[in-house]
Amino acid sequence: MQRDLPVLVDYVLIPALNLALAFVVGAVVLGLIGVSPLDALATLFQGAFGSLDGLGYTLYYATTFIFTGLAVAIPYQAGLFNIGGEGQAMLGGLGVTLVCQAMGGYPLWLVLPLAILAAMVGGAAWAAVPAVLQVKRGSHLVITTIMFNFLAGAVMTYLLIDMLRAPGDPSPETAAFPPSTALPFAHEWAAHLGLAMEESPLNLSFLVALVAAFLTWLFIRRSLLGYEIRATGHNPSAASYAAIPVGRVTVLAVCLGGACAGLVGINEVMGVLHRLVLGFTAGAGIVGIAVALMGRNHPFGIVLAAILFGALYQGGAELAFDYPQVTRDIIVVMDGLVILFCGALENMLRVPVTRAWQRWRTVPA
Amino acid sequence: MAADGSAPAIAFDRITKRFGAVVANRGVSFEIAPGTIHGIIGENGAGKSTLMSILYGFYQADGGEIRLDGRPVRIDNSADAIRLGIGMVHQHFVLVEPFTVLENLTLGHEGGIVLQPGIDRARAAAEAIEAAYGLAVDLDARVEDLPVGARQRVEILKALYRGAEILILDEPTGVLTPDEALQLFQILRRLKSEGKTVLLITHKLKEIMAVTDRVTVMRAGEVVGDVATSETNEADLAERMVGRKLAPLPDREPVTPATPILVAEGVRVVDAGGVERVRGIDLALRPGEIVGIAGVSGNGQSELMAALAGLVPLAGGRLTWAGEPVPTEDTARALRRLGLGHIPEDRHKSGMVGPFEAWETSVLGYHRDPEHARGAWLRQGFIRALTRQRMVDYDVRPRDERLRTAAFSGGNQQKLICAREMARGPQVLLVGQPTRGVDVGAIEQIHARLRALKHEGTAILLVSVELDEILALADRILVMVDGRFTGELDRGQATERALGLLMAGVQGEAA
Repeated sequence: MQRDLPVLVDYVLIPALNLALAFVVGAVVLGLIGVSPLDALATLFQGAFGSLDGLGYTLYYATTFIFTGLAVAIPYQAGLFNIGGEGQAMLGGLGVTLVCQAMGGYPLWLVLPLAILAAMVGGAAWAAVPAVLQVKRGSHLVITTIMFNFLAGAVMTYLLIDMLRAPGDPSPETAAFPPSTALPFAHEWAAHLGLAMEESPLNLSFLVALVAAFLTWLFIRRSLLGYEIRATGHNPSAASYAAIPVGRVTVLAVCLGGACAGLVGINEVMGVLHRLVLGFTAGAGIVGIAVALMGRNHPFGIVLAAILFGALYQGGAELAFDYPQVTRDIIVVMDGLVILFCGALENMLRVPVTRAWQRWRTVPA
Repeated sequence: MAADGSAPAIAFDRITKRFGAVVANRGVSFEIAPGTIHGIIGENGAGKSTLMSILYGFYQADGGEIRLDGRPVRIDNSADAIRLGIGMVHQHFVLVEPFTVLENLTLGHEGGIVLQPGIDRARAAAEAIEAAYGLAVDLDARVEDLPVGARQRVEILKALYRGAEILILDEPTGVLTPDEALQLFQILRRLKSEGKTVLLITHKLKEIMAVTDRVTVMRAGEVVGDVATSETNEADLAERMVGRKLAPLPDREPVTPATPILVAEGVRVVDAGGVERVRGIDLALRPGEIVGIAGVSGNGQSELMAALAGLVPLAGGRLTWAGEPVPTEDTARALRRLGLGHIPEDRHKSGMVGPFEAWETSVLGYHRDPEHARGAWLRQGFIRALTRQRMVDYDVRPRDERLRTAAFSGGNQQKLICAREMARGPQVLLVGQPTRGVDVGAIEQIHARLRALKHEGTAILLVSVELDEILALADRILVMVDGRFTGELDRGQATERALGLLMAGVQGEAA
């Protein structure tokens, strides 16, 4: 009675149908270039989940996508669309870098929380300017955050070439961080447990991402500020009627989104690269939009959608490796189809499914 | 069959319509004789609007059929309805404001790339219609310059211009002064005498008695009465609508003068467009007194309410609470803390958050109170228990505190909001249109609650476009025209006629 659709239909059946549709169209594309769709699907699945290191890659990609998905989902609760995850992630990486460079030799239990804080502050600070412009001047957040992605790129280029570059190194990246600041890899832990796992970039950040998703859910659904953010997003005039400071709440929501994007730095910079590299975000901020759409802006949905996109990234790489016809562009087409059906056309099946459900419910009555 | 044996203009035959688990129309059957004014009356949620939406093609019935002049018809959209000669005058007008009346008439029927010939044809046709039905409207006036009553005539003109033989009017008098309403009834009678069929949807019993030939009463999606107007009376209709006898109004208790709590001095409000909406209002709200503000909507009442609640900045003047000036920063929050309750006039826009579960809406604005929050967290269990209790106390149905607010009917949403604002025993309560779109049973309850609060010493400000409501509740009535108070009447002197004259801007005569 509380919802138009039961949770299971809403959050599982409809995304599954969307995904199936994407695969059907994808199968046609693969068939056209002479690859058996079933074999390709098997390769993709095997590549993403079939081995421990394959799974490691899948979850490593998913970690970043969880952060960038949350970066979209929290401002969405306040009724705003944050496209700036990419730039916010870059600045988060900068924060992580400063902490890691300064804190060599300190124990990880001390460095990690500070790095997390610095990552969040960097991302939030980069989100704050568009957020304040939106509230004070009505500059559309979508436009300003896109522009801020380019600005962030320019800032990082300047910093990495002129300020932070390791002396004598020709490439735009910092020197490697002190080894004590590196996060433990999953395969290292696996070795401790006596499991044979080949190397993969999966690291402790995955757990940080799961905690972040859970805390986001708790914050949005249970906290006073989460309540105010949702009230503002659903009905701003009711929010101001309720004496909620709509402007401040809006800025807060966007900054929290930026903070989540900033955490990408923990996974990529502190977890894998162990140095700040120009362009380390690699478009993850944009994938985060699709992840948030597919996860219906719900933290748990985002975790599942991030794992799906991680699997597509990892399985897609395997696919390209195994089939010479499957070029990098075909993988982009596949990703695009999933984004199209699961994100952009999310509501296409919702109406007929809702109608069918209600008819099925009422006929016996 | 109509009395003279001709086929009825409209026959609803076992119309059934479901929305999910809710049955909005259940086997609705009745007939409307041609050339009559037929009233449809019922509580909010009784299914009148659904039925009209089916007739006008917005919804398709799940079962049953509609016959026009004896022929079964299929109405898939409003274009079908217009083709079949059905015209609708919506509660909220659908006119392009910067266009002239004539341009609005031709909209969608321009008749070619060059506008002028079509406009000339339309002028001739419109003048003929105006003459035939006594609809006085200046065809060259811009709609935005016309008063509400004239805009409504434009809507009627538009429907007739498109060939309507059957005219549906949905709550047509909600926005009119009593005088304008009388003019409207004249027009409806004229339409009838020219052979048109008029369907009047209303919740005002007086209008039904004044103008209709026959009336159909609906309750809970079913027809519970279909009688000639001459064979019934207001009390009978009200009982059929509600399904029980209504208690007589209690006598008002005399007001003991007390020191005012909330005082406005010279308050002025300028809207976003720079127009001065409230032009120097002095107002004192005293414990145990209900002050009513009467006026045609749009004369600054909404802006005054917002100013008193601290929701808009004052362009001039000041507010004091128990003699102390009200802070000008974070005014709304400060006033709420001091003990101000506010039932907003537009509950969908301000009073509730549709996707919120009922328990979340039931602390909106009070969510930061110590008893509702522990640290940074909402006390969900406590608030849900509190909401369940309020649902019992204020008879909110269904009693499910986890149901989305938007899924409740209008009356139940309003009860939920009233419970929120009243249950805490506010010192001052601002009430805007408390019974707009609310059924008769709930109106009775809300009025009783307001009287009880007044008895307990709350200072109440009531803004309503329903004169009946103001006359029934207020101890002191102020009439607002164009941002100013143009008259003040004590409950003893106030009559609907006196108020109507003041509202229309006629001063001196009534007071």
